[in-house]
Amino acid sequence: MSVTLFLPAVLGKLADGTAIESGGATVGDVVDDVSARYPNLAARLRDSDGNPYPYVTFYLNDEDIRFHGGFGAAVRDGDELTIVPAIAGG
Amino acid sequence: MTASTLPSLSHEELRRYSRHLMLPDVALDGQRRLKAARVLVIGAGGLGSPVALYLAAAGVGTLGLVDFDVVDASNLQRQILHGTRDIGRSKLASAQERIADVNPNVRVDLHPVQLDSSNALEIIREYDIVIDGTDNFPTRYLTNDACVILGKPSIYGSIFRFEGQVSVFGTTDGPCYRCLYPEPPPPGLVPSCAEGGVLGVLPGLIGTMQATEAIKLIVGIGDPLVGRLLLVDSLGATYRTLKVRRDPWCPACGTHEIRELIDYEQFCGVGSAPAANTVPYISATELAERLRRGDDVDVIDVREEYEWEIAHIEGTRLLPFADVPAALATLDSARDIVALCKNGARSAAAISHLQTVGFRRVWNLRGGIDAWSRDVDPGVPTY
Repeated sequence: MSVTLFLPAVLGKLADGTAIESGGATVGDVVDDVSARYPNLAARLRDSDGNPYPYVTFYLNDEDIRFHGGFGAAVRDGDELTIVPAIAGG
Repeated sequence: MTASTLPSLSHEELRRYSRHLMLPDVALDGQRRLKAARVLVIGAGGLGSPVALYLAAAGVGTLGLVDFDVVDASNLQRQILHGTRDIGRSKLASAQERIADVNPNVRVDLHPVQLDSSNALEIIREYDIVIDGTDNFPTRYLTNDACVILGKPSIYGSIFRFEGQVSVFGTTDGPCYRCLYPEPPPPGLVPSCAEGGVLGVLPGLIGTMQATEAIKLIVGIGDPLVGRLLLVDSLGATYRTLKVRRDPWCPACGTHEIRELIDYEQFCGVGSAPAANTVPYISATELAERLRRGDDVDVIDVREEYEWEIAHIEGTRLLPFADVPAALATLDSARDIVALCKNGARSAAAISHLQTVGFRRVWNLRGGIDAWSRDVDPGVPTY
């Protein structure tokens, strides 16, 4: 399954850019794959127990994964996963 | 408010708002609604500037402004409420003057305080709509919870570097900020604009979106950004909208277990940051004296290379914060080590890290290179 992961610019610096091609059966698989490929990014995507942070929201297409099984949410070919960390500047 | 209780418009106002009055969706009724509206803008900074200017120009009858800061030269690249002559003045004084010039029909209520749990409900209660233009997590959660408790819509905007977010929280059926982000990041993980920088026009983009949402809510037109999060990427020139669902377990708008305001500094862990005096400090003058004596001190500057290019202290070496863990082999635990950054926050975290891996003779330069410029060598520029 091919899934595109979109990162904000600040996290894109820890990977090859802000759009990363990945794959898997679930969001968790995609996070595992990307974390293995970009170890510096791993700790920004999930905590030490492998769970999502409450201040980094994952969107599968335009839906928050929290309401669709979290990292267990199934992904399909062509899906887009967008990472939206909390920012506070004003 | 029914049409009969809405305020009327003077001849001067009819001329001033002519282009609104010709819009069938706004027209006279909408303009009178704007005049009757009371909007609170929290923060007269990057976001608050375009919000306040456009809402004043649009004819919002009462604008409340909350800010306790003074204008600094570094604000002027984006905070267009304030000008060069305002440096050193209170932001509210400067904002009031500017708004009076834009539209003298607007009543401006000033709240020269730091919004906190003791005053937020009292201040917000007096308004119909709140604009969240704050610059830190504790005040964002405070604003959210206060708006949910009082049933006031909160128009959220947030910026970092080249990217921003906009949404409308706290409406009767919509989600709130906690539905999007149940908990804040630990202090220090997400840099502020002061630490990470921000493109000057970005708050212009985001703030005008917030002002647009406020006008839509007041006039009752269009599709408000309720249940949607707008992401703006100024470099990619992309705008994307994502769904924000109301979380039935949200302690603010779902279960309503948050019935009164809490300690938001504690909730956001602000007091537990390493900068909170848990690492040994050295003052700029003490460090200057040690260097002058020729003491063997390894002074590492943990700022970024682009900051080093703006200003640095002779005899120090650049070791960006993110590179510290990988560069431990270049540090000698038998030598005295001093870390510095712009104002002491990042270097405190660096020193804290060095302590956890066994370094004992380590100090943080209190106040960073800013303090050095102020107390030792004014020839080192501040930024």
